[in-house]
Amino acid sequence: MSLDAASIKATENAAIAKPTGHVKRSRLASFGLHGALTVASLIAVFPVFWVFITSLKPDAKAAETTPTLFNESSFDNYANVLAGEKGAFLSWFANSAVIAILTTVISVFLSATAAYAVSRFRFPGYRGMMLSFLLIQMFPFAVLIVPLYNILLMLGLQGTSFGLVLVYCTTAVPFCAYMLKGYFDTIPRDIDEAGRIDGLSPFSVFWRLVLPLSKPGVAVTAFYAFLTAWGEVAFASAFLSASDESKTLAVGLQVFVQQNRTEWGHLAAASILVAIPAVIVFYLVQKFLVAGLASGAVKG
Amino acid sequence: MAEVAYVNASRVYPGSPPVRAVDELKLDVADGEFLVLVGPSGSGKSTALRMLAGLEDVDEGAIEIGGKDVTNVPPKGRDIAMVFQSYALYPHMTVGENMGFALKLRGVSKPDIKAKVAEAAKMLDLEKYLDRKPKALSGGQRQRVAMGRAIVREPSVFLMDEPLSNLDAKLRVETRANIAALQRRLGTTTIYVTHDQVEAMTMGHRVAVLKDGLLQQCDTPRALYETPANAFVAAFIGSPGMNLKTVPLTAAGAQLDGLEVPLPRTTLDKVGADGLKEVTFGVRPESLGLVGAGEDGMELTVELVEELGADAYVYGSVRIADQPERFIVRVDGRTPPALGQTVRVGLRDHSEIHLFNPETGARIEG
Ligand SMILES: Nc1ncnc2c1ncn2[C@@H]1O[C@H](COP(=O)(O)OP(=O)(O)OP(=O)(O)O)[C@@H](O)[C@H]1O
Ligand SMILES: [Mg+2]
Repeated sequence: MSLDAASIKATENAAIAKPTGHVKRSRLASFGLHGALTVASLIAVFPVFWVFITSLKPDAKAAETTPTLFNESSFDNYANVLAGEKGAFLSWFANSAVIAILTTVISVFLSATAAYAVSRFRFPGYRGMMLSFLLIQMFPFAVLIVPLYNILLMLGLQGTSFGLVLVYCTTAVPFCAYMLKGYFDTIPRDIDEAGRIDGLSPFSVFWRLVLPLSKPGVAVTAFYAFLTAWGEVAFASAFLSASDESKTLAVGLQVFVQQNRTEWGHLAAASILVAIPAVIVFYLVQKFLVAGLASGAVKG
Repeated sequence: MAEVAYVNASRVYPGSPPVRAVDELKLDVADGEFLVLVGPSGSGKSTALRMLAGLEDVDEGAIEIGGKDVTNVPPKGRDIAMVFQSYALYPHMTVGENMGFALKLRGVSKPDIKAKVAEAAKMLDLEKYLDRKPKALSGGQRQRVAMGRAIVREPSVFLMDEPLSNLDAKLRVETRANIAALQRRLGTTTIYVTHDQVEAMTMGHRVAVLKDGLLQQCDTPRALYETPANAFVAAFIGSPGMNLKTVPLTAAGAQLDGLEVPLPRTTLDKVGADGLKEVTFGVRPESLGLVGAGEDGMELTVELVEELGADAYVYGSVRIADQPERFIVRVDGRTPPALGQTVRVGLRDHSEIHLFNPETGARIEG
């Protein structure tokens, strides 16, 4: 009884303090909490910070026995990389962008439609399909390279960007479909049915009701699909033609790592440049990553 | 506006054995009628309603709306509106958009939609909330939005599946009256599903009682109450339920403990012709009453007294054939008997009894 009263009180407080979500906390608890969070953030941010510091130094000074924050630091590395002195950086960038965006669009579309079907309908082969989605995740990339190479060759897509997009989709679609199915399952079927009675066709139910309600799920899968393509090395180096202009960023970065010499400064600068689009994509989707969009549909 | 007909419609879920969720339902609903489908959980009420909505296949028989066979017509072609138990509002749309969505899909012009939504909102006292999302509404307000969404479409049939079951008791009674009044005003044919027999009795022009997918009886509330077609309907309709006991027959009537209830000659002849030695005897709590020591009656040991103010219900046991049998009696609320006391209970009126065949449960007309 007293527990109930306490929890009701707590909920009320939380409800009153809605804008900040603050619950009264003791000074000590507050200090401990903030301290722990600060330490955790520092640990997470430090490597990125160090890459950035390194990217400002000349190659020769980048890796030293006694690390310093600044040592002849400048933005020269960035200028060099962007100017293409070490390789066709801008074409790599464009290649990566096209491939990643195509992969994202295609795999989100395919996986969303597939996930809606497996979430709402039961059909022969349903179990087999779900199982194969899982099974595909179990193969290490390396095992797939040879068969995929042969298939691409047969299709005449070996060495093309589109071939690589298809390869990325084969790994992204099953995973995304699995994730989205879980998300669609949380949307009450009553909503579909209300839509059908209101006059929607089955596809419009998906397009106008289920998809808008699944924005968080779609955002996560889109982000996953984007990253799958953006940072991948093995498939990209195997399936793209060897010419410098057709490389992706992740493959291209290897020019900075040579047999007996690594250009740390340039490598770090290029890495920072590579990370920026991923950060932007994350920033774009993160506002959808708030749960609870589907709340309020049915009495909860 | 339209009349609705189930023509021996069945829904059979595959399985072993197959589940006949709705079994050869035959039901005609007149234009403008408020029909309530009632029955215990799992009796197939929702399934029957969903068949009419086109959300569930019809495996046998047919469904007709407005005289047209719509068995194979998809939901959007049936000109119906449905209120779901969960309300099923679209969470990403405002109240106004929710209500106007069907009109928008039909290509109605924006000003017309706005006018229609405003009119419905006024009727349902929702004007203040038109720009809110459903999650910022209370349960009762959501319920009204769900009603509003149905009204705005001006369909020929309203379908409602337990629309009040998520409301608290007080609001439920209030909303019950509002829905009934609204239906009377709009005059739209309405099929209403509930498991609550009080709701059924107070709202419906006619009530159809289902059990295990089979229609037991469909009649006006009064007729259901006064002449239940079988023992199931007798027990289901009325609160508290009818006292139903299987008792031996004598030459002159039915034998309850110390009380022999005389039965008319015609009834006895009929029972005799069927070769029955026993009957299921039913009497409602209000047809029983406390009697003096000298009068016909049976000894009831009081086990529980439910005081409701004006009336009190006395729960107690009577020994019939040496078995304690539970009886419920309605008594005057001002002078209820005490717990553990033994009182004498008799019939108020010998015509207020119901007899059923103990094997088939069917009513024996007297
Ligand atoms: N997909 C299904 N497969 C098999 N049987 C089903 C299926 N859906 C429903 N049933 C069965 O059909 C019967 C009727 O279900 P229905 O939902 O119509 O009951 P109801 O009268 O609405 O009950 P409640 O009051 O609990 O809502 C039940 O016995 C149920 O188990
Ligand atoms: Mg139901």
